[in-house]
Amino acid sequence: MKRIFAATGAGLAAAVFLASAVAAAEITIGLGADVTSMDPHYHTLSPNNNIATHVFGTLIDQDEMQKLKPGLAESWRIIDDSTWEFKLRRGVKFHDGSDFTADDVVATLARVPAVPNSPAAFTIYTKSIAGVSVVDPHTMIVKTAGPYPLLPTDLSNIFIISQKQAKAATEDFNAGKAMNGTGPFKFASWARGDRINLVRNDGYWGPKPAWDKVTFKLITNDPSRVAALLAGDLNAIEIVPTADMAKLKTNKDINIFRVVSNRIIFFHLDTDRDVSPFVTDKQGKPLDRNPLKDLRVRKALSKALNRPGIVDRVMEGEAIPAGQLLPDGFYGTSPNLKPEAYDVEGARKLLAEAGYPQGFAITIHGPNNRYVNDEKIVQAAAQMFARIGVDAKVETMPSNVFFTRANKLEFSFMLVGWGSGTGEVSSPLRSLLATFDAARGMGTANRGRYSNKQMDALLDQALATVDDAKREKLLQQASEVAINNLGIIPLHYQVNSWATRKGVMYVPRTDENTLALEFKPRS
Amino acid sequence: MPVYFIRRMMQSVLVLFVMSLLVFVGVFAIGNPIDILISPEADQHEIERATRALGLDKPLWEQYGLFVVNALKGDLGRSFVFNIPAIDLILQRMPATMELAITATFMGVLLGIPLGMWAGLRPESFSGKLIMSGSILGFSLPTFWVGLMLIMIFAVFLGWLPSTGRGQTREFLGVHLSILTWDGLRHLAMPAFNLALFKLSLVIRLARAGTREAILQDYVKFARAKGVSSRRIIGVHVFKNIMIPIVTVLGLELGSTIAFAVVTETVFAWPGMGKLIIDSINLLDRPVIVAYLMVIVFMFIFINLVVDLLYSVLDPRVRISESKG
Amino acid sequence: MTAPDTALEPALAAKPQTPFQRFLADFFDSKIATAGLVVLAIILFVAIFAPWISPQNPYDLSKLDIMDGRLEPGTKSMDGKPFLLGTDDQGRDMLSAIFYGLRTSLAVGVTASFCAMILGMTMGLTAAYFGGLVETIIMRIVDIQLSFPSILIALILLAVLGQGVDKIIIALIAVQWAYYARTTRGTALVERRKEYIEAAQCLALGDRRVVFRHLFPNCLPPIIVVNTVLIANAIALEATLSFLGLGLPITEPSLGLLIANGFTYLLSGKYWISFFPGVALLFTIVSINLVGDQLRDVLNPRLQK
Repeated sequence: MKRIFAATGAGLAAAVFLASAVAAAEITIGLGADVTSMDPHYHTLSPNNNIATHVFGTLIDQDEMQKLKPGLAESWRIIDDSTWEFKLRRGVKFHDGSDFTADDVVATLARVPAVPNSPAAFTIYTKSIAGVSVVDPHTMIVKTAGPYPLLPTDLSNIFIISQKQAKAATEDFNAGKAMNGTGPFKFASWARGDRINLVRNDGYWGPKPAWDKVTFKLITNDPSRVAALLAGDLNAIEIVPTADMAKLKTNKDINIFRVVSNRIIFFHLDTDRDVSPFVTDKQGKPLDRNPLKDLRVRKALSKALNRPGIVDRVMEGEAIPAGQLLPDGFYGTSPNLKPEAYDVEGARKLLAEAGYPQGFAITIHGPNNRYVNDEKIVQAAAQMFARIGVDAKVETMPSNVFFTRANKLEFSFMLVGWGSGTGEVSSPLRSLLATFDAARGMGTANRGRYSNKQMDALLDQALATVDDAKREKLLQQASEVAINNLGIIPLHYQVNSWATRKGVMYVPRTDENTLALEFKPRS
Repeated sequence: MPVYFIRRMMQSVLVLFVMSLLVFVGVFAIGNPIDILISPEADQHEIERATRALGLDKPLWEQYGLFVVNALKGDLGRSFVFNIPAIDLILQRMPATMELAITATFMGVLLGIPLGMWAGLRPESFSGKLIMSGSILGFSLPTFWVGLMLIMIFAVFLGWLPSTGRGQTREFLGVHLSILTWDGLRHLAMPAFNLALFKLSLVIRLARAGTREAILQDYVKFARAKGVSSRRIIGVHVFKNIMIPIVTVLGLELGSTIAFAVVTETVFAWPGMGKLIIDSINLLDRPVIVAYLMVIVFMFIFINLVVDLLYSVLDPRVRISESKG
Repeated sequence: MTAPDTALEPALAAKPQTPFQRFLADFFDSKIATAGLVVLAIILFVAIFAPWISPQNPYDLSKLDIMDGRLEPGTKSMDGKPFLLGTDDQGRDMLSAIFYGLRTSLAVGVTASFCAMILGMTMGLTAAYFGGLVETIIMRIVDIQLSFPSILIALILLAVLGQGVDKIIIALIAVQWAYYARTTRGTALVERRKEYIEAAQCLALGDRRVVFRHLFPNCLPPIIVVNTVLIANAIALEATLSFLGLGLPITEPSLGLLIANGFTYLLSGKYWISFFPGVALLFTIVSINLVGDQLRDVLNPRLQK
């Protein structure tokens, strides 16, 4: 399967983009999630990082498929297992006219852990760094605490500020006076909860942006965002609601751009406890053992899920049935893992083999405002489990309640999702499937407490292997062990989608970012 | 009079105290803000750091004690999400909500009083019955449903008005108002009407009921007998009589208009306080939730005072000292 | 929301008809109110008998099939039965969902208002009868509560309590009891000064007996009027809360939740998921309000011709 499938409009890759046919090139884009701060190191939250990507640069950029590419660093290489050399781009200027040098990177790395009150700090991307030394203004050496192959990936999340802003407070960024980056756009103004205005940075080192002015409007309500696009108030929107997709596709004034995302939707299940709180017999009495610990039961539940049906009916085609942790082709995915086929008979047989010919009862928990159509997916799954004799109750709740309870391990079977910000498979493996170990930061989101020694060993080995090809092999093996064992039951990968008014093109991205630079007028 | 004010203030302080305690316990019961705010990839170390950074590592009573001490100094805490003082966040959003609520109230009064008086004077006529049936619709239709219908008709099909959001603003006395620009007014029209609909129905009913009662009263009969023109009777005597309940109710309703703006602001993506409180509840941003409620309670106290004062102006029989206990 | 103030005296019985006959005659005087009563009767019938007249049990997930999802009104399902009003995204027959939704909405509205009425009346009567400190405390609480927007109270309460039919009923009671308390106290204060109470007190009847046997029945008419309005309010408020994502569980949708679910499909042309429940909600609330309106006019002695 091709990973990009641009739907309507001309074939994307082939289309020739001529710069600005519109006289005063302005674009207004509707965003679906609120931006909480302009400070690029305050809260690592997708909407914030998206805006920061416009104004600030990173040493290493991620392309639309999340492959790494040179950013403010022109090249990087490994000197030994824990030493990296970065060559910085010459002639790059900040918006205030000052030159970009290695000192700015040092100042940035010093500021990241020093931002007060951060609810989710960027230190998760810098914690592997043991020391930084400046060789000359455009060469620097980074030492890591041990072999750490993910350093370039982590650094692609760190926004570089000027050393002049080393001591700037979050308020200074919010007010705009510290918004001094090297990115393609300069910050103009921010009306909290309403809009963000940017203007073109004519001194940008990369391709010239097509737009003189960019306005991001924050419209978190789905129908309202679509209505604003249809009414012509917006040139483009992100996160096209699945409900409106069919109608928009037939609209001649609208282009749709879609790509499979790095976000998998799956069921996490309690494979640890002998008595699980929400698994009972059909009369509601507790069972003597936890059926979810039996691989045959997990397999039966997986076979009972009609993934193409959910994709077609609930997701309206805006998803792809999943057979592993990331879509085919992402780094570390295994070519041997395919989505489980829908097989009611096979599922019933497996249940009978496992000693549950009459089935049992289970409650599926899920959030109702976190993932695309989350509560509808849960209901559909409950319908399907009923067909193999498993009585499934549904309980959905706002994500504020859901995640607190899920982290306390209150559930037995829950719908969750995982977006791999790093674009490779070690992220879900270590957070979702590695044996829980708070001290080492393993299995931090392993809410089913799945544990498999073989998988752990493969993963540990991979995380210490700097050679990319060898590491990929190990990650593939780890994925195969975890998925064949059904540590989680994969459901589907979400599809990221953007809609534009006719005449505006976009290169869809797996990482959900909405980058004004990538919107182009079509001549 | 002073006794009345002091008693009122004492009550309000008590309300503020109870409210803040309830919200503290309530948010604690809902969930842990860290679970939603933290990056999913964070390890235990990072989770503990963030918990300390937000002061959530202390026992609840200590957190509340700190809040009370700071609140007495005028500091309602910093937003967990935005890292700016919660009160600033609310004050930034307040003009948007206020202009929406006030415009809606004016719409309700300017349309509602004439319609209601008309229906009250001609209760048996077709137009009178039509107005009354219409007002029942205004009461009955849920706000969110009407809002989306308005967007579909006026923005999508007819294309007359912008669908959502707030238009251009202009600064006036340090406050950004969209009501001062043409673009702003166009954006304001639909959400304000949406919010006004309930108020409009209420005013129609109050005006109709007041008019129907007033024309049966002796003083109207007397005025008629004296040969006062019927325009003057309606315009002065009846009008004055129906204004008392309308002012009272609208004053008290202004508060709930601000609160009901939650729904309208969600549908129309209006960047006001209502949208802020919904988002804050979803993110368990406790300082903002508490500060929002404090602000609302203060506003109510203020509005109630104004209503009492207006009441005594409109109806000389009522003196403030006796109006409430 | 403020209910129209109804501190009224009960209907007088100075006519040759019995008061009840006169009340009926007055009520059916208005065609539109009669129509409202007829519609309300139909709605009540549907709500009560929903499990027997619905083609499908929309609350049982095992009876649904997502492959029947989002079908247009009139299409046939895979096993041949027609969906008169179409289906929603889960393959729920909208007609059945509306019948059950009416049942849930009405049950929530009526139960909440009834409980709020009992609580509010008890408080109001206690305040009016005993006066003094008791009255001051109760009426202060009422004042404070009424000066606070109902939707905010419900919003915070539900955020804390979580989802569920019982939770939303608790939230609605918490919002509504104060209206009843205020109306009851207003009426009771008027009644208390009347001779029959004085007479009862002279007979040295116990407090409880005086309040419940004598004061209470005479306060009922205005309460009934307030009740109809507040039932309608409760139903509308429940719909709004469901729209905001706080309220009933998703597998047992009320009318409000059905509308909220269909809301996302409105712009995409699948109007029936939201439209038909919207119409049902509209008819329910309008008919209740029409009946309530007429009751108020009929029971208001000052308007009697």
